[in-house]
Amino acid sequence: MRRALLVIGALALIGAGAAWALSAPERLPAAQLAGLSGDAEAGAYSFAAAGCANCHMAPDTVPGEAPALAGGQAFASPFGTFRAPNISSDPEAGIGTWTEAEIVQAMMRGVTPEGRHLYPAFPYASYAKGDLQTAFDIAAYLKTLPASATPSQPHEVGFPFNIRRALGLWKRLYLTEAPVLTGELTAEVARGRVLVETLAHCGECHTPRGPLGGTDTSRWLAGAPLPGGEGNVPNITPAALTWSEDQIAEYLASGFTPEFDTAGGAMVEVIQSTSQLTPEDRLAIAAYLKAVPGVE
Amino acid sequence: MPAQSRLAAIALALTLPAAPLLAQGMDPAAAAINARQSHMVLQQTFLMPLGGMAQGQIEYDAETAAAAAANLAAVSSVDPRFYFPEGTSSADMEGTKALPAIWENPEGFAEAWAALATASTALAEVAGDGPEALQGAFGAVGAACGGCHRSFRQSE
Repeated sequence: MRRALLVIGALALIGAGAAWALSAPERLPAAQLAGLSGDAEAGAYSFAAAGCANCHMAPDTVPGEAPALAGGQAFASPFGTFRAPNISSDPEAGIGTWTEAEIVQAMMRGVTPEGRHLYPAFPYASYAKGDLQTAFDIAAYLKTLPASATPSQPHEVGFPFNIRRALGLWKRLYLTEAPVLTGELTAEVARGRVLVETLAHCGECHTPRGPLGGTDTSRWLAGAPLPGGEGNVPNITPAALTWSEDQIAEYLASGFTPEFDTAGGAMVEVIQSTSQLTPEDRLAIAAYLKAVPGVE
Repeated sequence: MPAQSRLAAIALALTLPAAPLLAQGMDPAAAAINARQSHMVLQQTFLMPLGGMAQGQIEYDAETAAAAAANLAAVSSVDPRFYFPEGTSSADMEGTKALPAIWENPEGFAEAWAALATASTALAEVAGDGPEALQGAFGAVGAACGGCHRSFRQSE
């Protein structure tokens, strides 16, 4: 009996040790980042495509003004309410002291310079599929934006989701550099894939999530319940989205549907981002949306 | 009425019950929802030729553009207080996407609603002056539509 207890105890310790080891924050290897530095001008475009400001701007930001990325907007989810942090260039309240490489580690691996896991409300699972130079460019652009001394507010997340260490296990399940759409792609669809899967992170809202909060890629872009609200985020696979590529591109430019209804909800801010893209990039998004499998 | 006090009046009216319609023996909630949805369809009717010309899908015609823009300006300037009686939000009943935020933030709603009247009045002033003038003023109309749908209309 005593021996059995000892064995169980030892196994539990081994299990806990394994979980601890498997949940450790993993960064991109330093050698991969060595020598890279960002171009702020190129970063401005990718920053717009990614819509960083849509979540990180203060709730009272005046449209059209250079946003101070003071954070504070709340994002409800089944796991609790997340609050976008201050990512302005302020050295105390923001991330002004982070190096470009440290910002890239946060964007592409969800790890802070202190080695803490970030919650995947920050779409690093999308950015992980991207290229390093684009991430460095965005990091360089972030450093040019105004500072805000507004402190970040804590997330309201209950047990067990408040155990950040466990996010290491989540990342083992859902963080991958592999693209969702594979196979032979035209140059236009490949560019669309960069925009949809990575930068604009469309799948974060338009793809349903499993019980652990990872996107269900078997239903990629097939629509999902609106997080923290009534209603649904629409299915944008060819099974449901029957607009022409020109009509999709026009919607991303002006917000008008072919029937002259308009975008609503959070999509209004997404349109503010996609309206800043080149017409070619909007058409690339449309071409990609026509190339993904239709899911009823 | 000055813009400020007009907005305040609209905001106040949103807190009033739909008594006048009850007196006529209609279902006031259904009538109000029908009215506000019809209002949106009317606006779409005038947006279609304007948007088609602005987006280059149909040929620009000055007279059509001016007439559609004048109609849009007239409809969007309608005082919305009769459309949104208490108890007709998407949380209260089926068949409407009007979010409770309309009643929770009446000043914000009145402002977002009024933004389309402002944008479409500006559009009506130039819509007959040529395709560039139409295009230039049309973007603000789309922004006004989205600005209200952002927080006050339920998604799908």
